[in-house]
Amino acid sequence: MTHWIILPVVLPAILAPFIILAARYHIGIQRVFSVVGVFALAIIAAGLAWQASDGTVTLYQLGDWAAPFGIVLVGDRLSTLMVLLTAVLAFFVLLFAIGSGWDNRGRHFHALFQFQIMGIMGAFLTGDLFNLFVFFEVLLIASYGLMIHSGGDTRLRAGVQYVLFNLLGSTLFLFALGAIYAETGTLNMADLAQRVTQIDPAETVGIRIAAVLLLLVFAIKAAVVPLHFWLPSSYAEAPAPVAALFAIMTKVGAYAIIRVYTMVFPPDLEVTAGLHGQWLLPAALISLALGAIGVLGAKKLDRLVAFAVIGSMGMVMVAISLFTPVSIAAALYYMVHSTLAGAVLFLIVDLVRSGRGNVQLIPAPPVAGAALTAALFFVGAIAMAGLPPLSGFIGKLLILNASFDNGAAVWVWAVVLIASLVSIVGFSRAGSIVFWKAQSVARPEDEALPDRPATLSYVAVGGLVALLIAHTVFAGQVHRYTTAISAQLFAPDAYFSTVLDTPGKMSTPKEGY
Amino acid sequence: MELLVASAIGILTASGIYLVLRLRTFPVILGVSLLTYAVNTFLFASGRLTVGSAPILRDGVSDYADPLPQALVLTAIVISFGMTAVVVMISLGAYLGSDDDHVDDPVEPDPETKPDSQADTQADTQADTQADNQPDTQPDTQAGGTA
Repeated sequence: MTHWIILPVVLPAILAPFIILAARYHIGIQRVFSVVGVFALAIIAAGLAWQASDGTVTLYQLGDWAAPFGIVLVGDRLSTLMVLLTAVLAFFVLLFAIGSGWDNRGRHFHALFQFQIMGIMGAFLTGDLFNLFVFFEVLLIASYGLMIHSGGDTRLRAGVQYVLFNLLGSTLFLFALGAIYAETGTLNMADLAQRVTQIDPAETVGIRIAAVLLLLVFAIKAAVVPLHFWLPSSYAEAPAPVAALFAIMTKVGAYAIIRVYTMVFPPDLEVTAGLHGQWLLPAALISLALGAIGVLGAKKLDRLVAFAVIGSMGMVMVAISLFTPVSIAAALYYMVHSTLAGAVLFLIVDLVRSGRGNVQLIPAPPVAGAALTAALFFVGAIAMAGLPPLSGFIGKLLILNASFDNGAAVWVWAVVLIASLVSIVGFSRAGSIVFWKAQSVARPEDEALPDRPATLSYVAVGGLVALLIAHTVFAGQVHRYTTAISAQLFAPDAYFSTVLDTPGKMSTPKEGY
Repeated sequence: MELLVASAIGILTASGIYLVLRLRTFPVILGVSLLTYAVNTFLFASGRLTVGSAPILRDGVSDYADPLPQALVLTAIVISFGMTAVVVMISLGAYLGSDDDHVDDPVEPDPETKPDSQADTQADTQADTQADNQPDTQPDTQAGGTA
C-alpha cells in the first residue's frame, strides 16, 4: 500500500499549523511555504492522476481497518482528475493572491488557504459518506475565514448569510446521513451501493427520502436554482482570489452528485427509480436561464461573474441530470472548463477593481494597464459564454450532442442556445461599458493615474488562460479521458471489489456478512 | 419511547425552521442551534433506540447498542458547536460594523442617483428597522412576565 494518496490531505494539514505557529509574523516565509506546498501538491496530484489513468483504483485504508468499518480513501479516475484540477487552480490563484497583495490585507490567509485545500482534496478522495461530511465542514470552516478575509462591513454581512446558509446545508446533510444509516446500516459508499440493491422494492420510503435529502444537500453546494441564493452575494463580496478558489467549491457539489447518483444510486436502481432527471433537469435548465438573465441584468461586474458561475453550473447540471455515460463525459469536460473560466473572470474583476476603485458598470476613466486587462476579459468572456474557438463552445456542443436522444432534447437545446445568446449580450455590454466607453471619459486633472496591477497577477491570469487554451487544443484527448472516467463510473465493479475485498486489520470472511 | 423521541425531534425541527425564517441574526442563530439539537438526536436514534445495553458486539450477545451513531453524533456535536461559535462572532462583527442585524441583503443605493436620494433610502430603512423591532420585542417581554 503506497501512501501517496493521503498526501493531498496531510500535506496542507501539516503546512497550515506550521504557517500559523512558526511563521505568523513573516509574510515572506508564509508565501514561500504556501507556494512550495501547493506546487508539490500539483506534482503529487499529477502523479496520482497518471497512476489512475489506466483504470486502477487505489485504496488507502486509514489505520489499516478494512472497508465497511474503517474509513477509506479511494483514488479512481474521477477523484484524481478533480484533485489535479484543484491543485493547479490553487497554484495560480495563490500566485495572484501574492501578486495583488490580497494575502497581506488580513491575517492568516495562507493558513486558511491550506486548510481550504485540505478540505477540498479530502472531499474528492474519500470513499465514505460521513467522512465526506467532515471534509465538507473542513472546507466550509476555512472558507468562512477566507470569505471575510480583510474584513469590511459589506463583506462581513455577506459572510453572515454565507455561513448561515451553509450551516443549514450541513444540518440537512446530517439528516440525510442519519436516514441512510437507519435504512441500510452503513455509510461506506461501496458497501452502501451493494446494500441498496437488497432493499425490498415494496419498502422504499425511507431510502427515497434519504436519497432526495442528499441530492438537496449537494444541490445547495452546486448552487442549483432554487438553492442558489447564497452564491451571488458571497462570491461577489469575497476577496477575488478567494472567489476564484471558490470556483472549485461549486464543483465539489457537482462531483458528489456524479459520484453518489451514478455509483450508489445508479439510474437503473429499482428503489430510487424516477428520482433522477425528474426534478434535476428542470432545475438545471432554470439555473442556466437565471444565470444568463443575471449576466444581462447585473449592475456590477463581480455580480455578473457570480451569475455567470450559476449559469455554468446550470449547464454542468443539465449534462449530469441526463445520467448517461455520454452526458457524464460531457459534464466532466465542461466542469473543468467552467472552473478555469470562472476563476479567470473573478481574477480579472479584481484587476479592473484595482485600477478603477469600483466595478460598477458605468463609464469611468480608463484604468492603468487597460489594454491587457481588456484582452484578458475578452478571452475570459468568450470562454464563459461558450463562443468558438474556446473550450466553452466545445463543451456546449458535447452537452447538446449528449442530450440528442433524450425526450427533453427540445427544451435542453432551446434553453442552452437562448441562454448562450443572452449571456453573450450581457458580457459584451459589460465589456464595452468598462473598457470601450472608458476611452470617451476624460480623467479629472487632479486625479493621479492608479498603479498598474503587479506583473505576477497577470502571470497568474495568463497561466489560467493558457490552461483554457490547452483545454481547447487537447479537447480530443481530454474528452477521451472523461469518456473513460464515465465508463469507470457506470461499471463500478472494480471500485467495489477493491474497496470491499481488500483485507485489513478486521477482514471479514465473505460468508459472515 | 419512540413516540417521545420522534415528537421531540419533530418539535425541535419545527421551531428551528420557524426561527431560521426570521429576518434577524439572533433568532436565526437560535434556530440553527435548535436544528442541530434535533439532528443530533435524530442521528443518535438512527442506530435504533435501546435501553441499558452496552455498545459491544460479542458472540452470544443479542442485545447491544449500535456504537457507530454515537461516534457520529460526537463528531456532529463538536462541529456544530464550533460552527455556532464562529457564526456568533461573524454576525456580531457584522452587527457592530453596520449597526444592523438583518440577515438579508440591504437595499443597494442606485449608483446613478444623487446623494440626497441615498440619504432618503437610508432613512427609510431605519424606519423599517424600528417598525420591525416592535413586534419582536413584545412577545419577549410577555414570555419574561409569565416565567
